[in-house]
Amino acid sequence: MNMLRKTLTIVAAGLLIAALAHAEGPQMTAQIAPIDRHDVASLQRGARMFVNYCLGCHSAQHMRYNRLQSDLGLSEKQVAENLIFRGALAKDGYVTDKVGESMKTSMDRADAKAIFGVAPPDLSVEARVRGTDWLYAYLRGYYRDEKSATGWNNLAFPSVAMPHVLWELGGQSKLAVREFDNHEEAKGAFVQTHVVGSLEAIHTKKDGKEMVKYVLKTIEPDKPGKLSVHDYDVVVADLVNYLDYMAEPVKNERIQLGIKVLIFLAILFVFAYWTKREYWKDVH
Amino acid sequence: MSNPPAVDTKRRRFLVTATATVGGIGAVAAALPFVFSLQPSERAKAAGAPIEVDISKLEPGQKLDVEWRGKVVWILNRSKAMLDSLKSLDDKVADPNSKNKQQPEYAKNEFRSRASKPEVLVMVGICTHLGCSPTFRPEVTADGEGFYCPCHGSKFDYAGRVFKGVPAPINLEVPPYKYFANDTKIIIGDDSGAA
Amino acid sequence: MSKLLTWIDDRFPLTRMWEEQWGKYVAPKNFNFWYYFGSLAAFVLVIQIVSGIFLTMNYKPDATKAFESVEYIMRDVSWGWLVRYIHSTGASAFFVVVYLHMYRGLIYGSYRKPRELIWIFGVMIYLCLMAAAFTGYLLPWGQMSYWGAQVIVNLFSAIPWIGPDLAVWIRGDYVISDVTLNRFFAFHVSALPLVLLGLVVAHLLALHEVGSSNPDGVEVKKQPKDPVTHLPPDGINSHPYYSIKDIVGVVFFLFIFSIVVFFMPEVGGYFLEANNFIPADSLKTPAHIAPVWYFTPYYSILRAVPPMFESQFPGVIAMGASVMAFFFLPWLDRGAVKSIRYRGWMFKIPLAIFVITFLVLGWLGTEPTDFLGKLGEVEIATLLARIFTVVYFLYFVLMPWYTKADKTKPEPDRVTG
Repeated sequence: MNMLRKTLTIVAAGLLIAALAHAEGPQMTAQIAPIDRHDVASLQRGARMFVNYCLGCHSAQHMRYNRLQSDLGLSEKQVAENLIFRGALAKDGYVTDKVGESMKTSMDRADAKAIFGVAPPDLSVEARVRGTDWLYAYLRGYYRDEKSATGWNNLAFPSVAMPHVLWELGGQSKLAVREFDNHEEAKGAFVQTHVVGSLEAIHTKKDGKEMVKYVLKTIEPDKPGKLSVHDYDVVVADLVNYLDYMAEPVKNERIQLGIKVLIFLAILFVFAYWTKREYWKDVH
Repeated sequence: MSNPPAVDTKRRRFLVTATATVGGIGAVAAALPFVFSLQPSERAKAAGAPIEVDISKLEPGQKLDVEWRGKVVWILNRSKAMLDSLKSLDDKVADPNSKNKQQPEYAKNEFRSRASKPEVLVMVGICTHLGCSPTFRPEVTADGEGFYCPCHGSKFDYAGRVFKGVPAPINLEVPPYKYFANDTKIIIGDDSGAA
Repeated sequence: MSKLLTWIDDRFPLTRMWEEQWGKYVAPKNFNFWYYFGSLAAFVLVIQIVSGIFLTMNYKPDATKAFESVEYIMRDVSWGWLVRYIHSTGASAFFVVVYLHMYRGLIYGSYRKPRELIWIFGVMIYLCLMAAAFTGYLLPWGQMSYWGAQVIVNLFSAIPWIGPDLAVWIRGDYVISDVTLNRFFAFHVSALPLVLLGLVVAHLLALHEVGSSNPDGVEVKKQPKDPVTHLPPDGINSHPYYSIKDIVGVVFFLFIFSIVVFFMPEVGGYFLEANNFIPADSLKTPAHIAPVWYFTPYYSILRAVPPMFESQFPGVIAMGASVMAFFFLPWLDRGAVKSIRYRGWMFKIPLAIFVITFLVLGWLGTEPTDFLGKLGEVEIATLLARIFTVVYFLYFVLMPWYTKADKTKPEPDRVTG
């Protein structure tokens, strides 16, 4: 019975894996974002990046400024002076009433829609929508594209409406397209792409014969920005780290509590199991 | 259940007690988050944060209503007539010297306000009887009645002191407050660091 | 204390109810692993009701506020995140536990005479649970909530003649809207839990009337009782034996449950989907919508059936039939014995195939139909779904024959082990 079930499962799984191998379409590199949610300094830098570069257009309306105090080890004054810019705030040295507010953007949604075609989404939980690896690729995936309205395009998000707001830091890149006849070679080059790459198999028919070309798209630095490539990666990682934190500020606390809960349940299990064994002596 | 072995009741009692105790602790611990979730949320706390009010344009005799922690707070720039009316009322009000802790220490004086600006009255506009909001009497009359509660007829003078013989038991509450920006602005709900 | 109890018992059958329903309820002594899931399902129901009540305190069933109020619970309400994760994990846990509980019924023939009504109440509970899960899934008002509800409600519009009007009637609007959200909320937090509780009571009353099944298929209640203990030789009182055993099960379950709640509440997008962190947008459909995992086997069946006579209705019928088929099990199974232990390969192989079918259909349902590529002109995933859909129905349709033809061993008089 068990044997049979196992065999059938293996057969089914094999069939499906074989089928999977046929799946086609562009593959994206999924570099793991080098972030550490315990790294408070990185989160602080990321928060600053977020406020400086994102909050102009994007809101984070579910995130309260004062949460940054407890979670990122900042004082009320630091939050007020470094992270809140709007209005005449902090002019008189009094800000307590604003730090409890959420991170709203100064840009009007209707204006934004007129400018970009789409209103910039709220970023409170964006990291939970996209995942940190995608964000890391996206923020490093911009390249110059004269054909697009903003002059920018993105490998991770083709035809994106948002221009490259970090270009001053990261510089400008251009698209690099390489073609391979051999899948292994293409794959090898694909794995080595530094920033973000997309690999697609293109089928063409020539003289009745089917040809396969492997097109690898990646980006190359063109004009350097204020930061080196490495430093830019660090800045983006900080920002992604912050976005990830902001998407679920309670994550660290949740995991810490979870360990305690599991330890407790393990102890309770031992007692319950002993008691059960003691009573069930009657039955057998 | 053939040949039941001798039951070790002591051991059983111990195990049941131990399991029940540990389980009980767990049940209480599990209940706590639910209980705590009923506390004021961060939004409520943010709404209860101190507020700042510009009073530079508040004329004598004029009253401004602001919201603080969902309650109405009056800021009354008392006219000279209003301030004068207070002096003759000591024997008509229940707590003339503000013995009840209905105000911060710095407002425990005849005007129930900060000494630097005695004319400005900052007061939670909620009757100490059953929580209605008393009506302001802008015209100073001989009896010195500054506020009248429409619900049960409690009366207060221009310092929020309750008159004798009305339902409200104690004076109206003065919230913590302080001035800043050359006394043109008031912060209500925070008096830290102020003299 | 005992005086108080007497006082109550004189006025209300407290002790009698306790003894009939649990304390002195005689259960077979040979329950194995598979028999934990009944009490666990009841436990999860309690978790869902309690956490649900606390969520209701802060949730706002309003299209402009619903999404925001969920994030409000996650961030601003103290411990709200825990309550919410408990509820979202509980929803999936409910189905895990119920599917395993149903599988127990399949392998040990728990639906067989005289337990047909227990089984029917059980399937009704399952349907009610599906309705509760479906209405509840709309409430976070994310993109998956919205478009999931859109697709499912549109299924009704495939019904000939009345369909389109029916779909509008269900929504209360021409699209999923605030009105729909409000009525789904009403069903989710009051109507369905009430029905669910009623059905659970009926399920348990029926069970305690006829007695529990067991892995040997022995009718313990029919055994002669011991004159001293008044117990049948293979029966034991539920209390304390199954009380403590079920507590062990509950603690073990909580351990697994806590791993999900505290360490992986999204479960890679299966319990909480990434697209549901985008607020509902009636103008933009996400690239790929799939129902939550517990509905995907049926969703696969829906997609597998091609439109016929220019209508989606056959697919809807097939999906409905695939759930309803469970109701007929007590009469489809003609086996001489109840338990898999005494059945032959003619029962075991179809069952194994059915389990695989259910899992594969479930897996296919989580993916877009083109995810396995194409074989010529046909999508491989669709082809697989069609094959397994046929197999799914064959399991039920052919059951009277293969269970009857199956070579069984005689059931014992006494339980083994």
